[in-house]
Amino acid sequence: MRDFSYGSPDSANAVLARRAADEAPGLRYLGGGTTLFDLMKLNVEAPTALIDVTRCQDLRTIDLGRSEWRFGAGMTMSEIADHERVRSEFPALSESLWKAASQQIRNMATLGGNLLQRTRCAYFRGTPAYPCNKREPGTGCSALEGANRGHALFGGSPQCVATYPGDLAIALIAFDAVVDLRSPRGARSVPFGELHREPGDTPHLDTQLAPDELIVAIRIPRSPAMKASVYHKVRDRESYAFALVSAAVGLQMAAGQVIDVRIGLGGVATRPWRAVAAERHLRGRALTRESARQAAELVFADARPLPHNRFKVALGIDTLTDALMQSKERL
Amino acid sequence: MSDSSSATTLDRRAFMVTTASVAGPALTAGCAAPGPAAAPPSSAPRCEVVVNGRPHSLRIEARASLLDVLREDLQLTGTKKGCDHGQCGACTVHIDGRRVASCLTLAAKCDGREVRTIEGLERADGALHVMQQAFIDHDALQCGYCTPGQIMAAIACVREGHAQTDDQIREYMSGNLCRCGAYVAILEAVRDGAQRMKEGDHA
Repeated sequence: MRDFSYGSPDSANAVLARRAADEAPGLRYLGGGTTLFDLMKLNVEAPTALIDVTRCQDLRTIDLGRSEWRFGAGMTMSEIADHERVRSEFPALSESLWKAASQQIRNMATLGGNLLQRTRCAYFRGTPAYPCNKREPGTGCSALEGANRGHALFGGSPQCVATYPGDLAIALIAFDAVVDLRSPRGARSVPFGELHREPGDTPHLDTQLAPDELIVAIRIPRSPAMKASVYHKVRDRESYAFALVSAAVGLQMAAGQVIDVRIGLGGVATRPWRAVAAERHLRGRALTRESARQAAELVFADARPLPHNRFKVALGIDTLTDALMQSKERL
Repeated sequence: MSDSSSATTLDRRAFMVTTASVAGPALTAGCAAPGPAAAPPSSAPRCEVVVNGRPHSLRIEARASLLDVLREDLQLTGTKKGCDHGQCGACTVHIDGRRVASCLTLAAKCDGREVRTIEGLERADGALHVMQQAFIDHDALQCGYCTPGQIMAAIACVREGHAQTDDQIREYMSGNLCRCGAYVAILEAVRDGAQRMKEGDHA
């Protein structure tokens, strides 16, 4: 591993001041390190300098307000997963966190870093013997003709079909979260649905973040659909595995009809995926297993399966149908 | 617990290091080992860290993992390197009381922190931690390589309140893999160890 310089300022202002003083392209922000340090060991990432943000107490705040919840990006996954009010008032958020990784990893990983977790595509993590446009633009995509069982049904391009691996982001995109960013140039907020990119012709770029931008907070508008919410995750093994398919669902009903429904899908797309067509289909209807399945079939009718991942279409329909029925039980 | 720094015993680790040193000096290359060849650059981070109650003032390479510093600099080889990618749990230690994967923890992050490893569990009188004893009593291992990580994870699991039911123990111990497949006995040991921790003063 290439050596690098390391600093750990104690405030976001100090982090940005250090960033402003060093415009080297190899400088990166560091959260828990569970992705970045891992990829550095694999020579997939090779930063020249790391600014550790985990000592910034001003990034470690929680504000569960009446109209909006705000989480500092430096909070760890386990802290939010185990937060009593998050568990009872927004179960999908808690579940998207504790069903991810292991408790060891969740104690380390920050919320901000988790959103930027990179794909688990074996070719991306592999050696240069396997071309990968995400790792090294222009070399080709080994997954298109190779082992693509875990790859995307939605949002792929001829350049890249790697899935976005995270769970938290699936809950956040379903509930219209907003991400607050700061850089030495100023501050801006990005709606969650615009944070991640599809690979297109630039598969090496996962998000819209500029290199100097730091995620400082995640904001989620309060909605009645939070209460009857669920994160349903289906994996090759029961725990400590990435999603084959996952669904974040939130539900609000009145007089037997769906007033509001939120659906995010994980494990099936190149970015966190919002199932807008299924939401539209269900609004104003009764929620039965039949209508739930119809909505799920509508989503997966647009799937573009690869040779090894066709099973995800049927699995995805079952997973989303089950998630919708589970959320109904939580009303 | 054997202490490889002890002059009175020659354990397996000490034997291997001695043998390898005779065989050639290449063993420690690339590790943050003492000696002029492997000395970190002068810009290397300083790390004031308390390990198992003992303060250390370390100068380390920025790229050094906590796992490598524990094993190679401090000779605390009870913590094991399995996958070195956070996937197996063999390297589990506690930082400020919380379990982490030491292989994915930059050692530089530990400045000002308190680290506890498997070597730091036994009491001053030499009695094992009740969770260690539970693993022995339930024969919760075969080769034993994953065991230090299992025990460190199990103690944290209990303290977090995540050992209330068998299903919860399975879920919250899932970050520790056992290639021998001793899971049935590990579950029994954690369940029993949790009870002993509740009853005893060894929390």
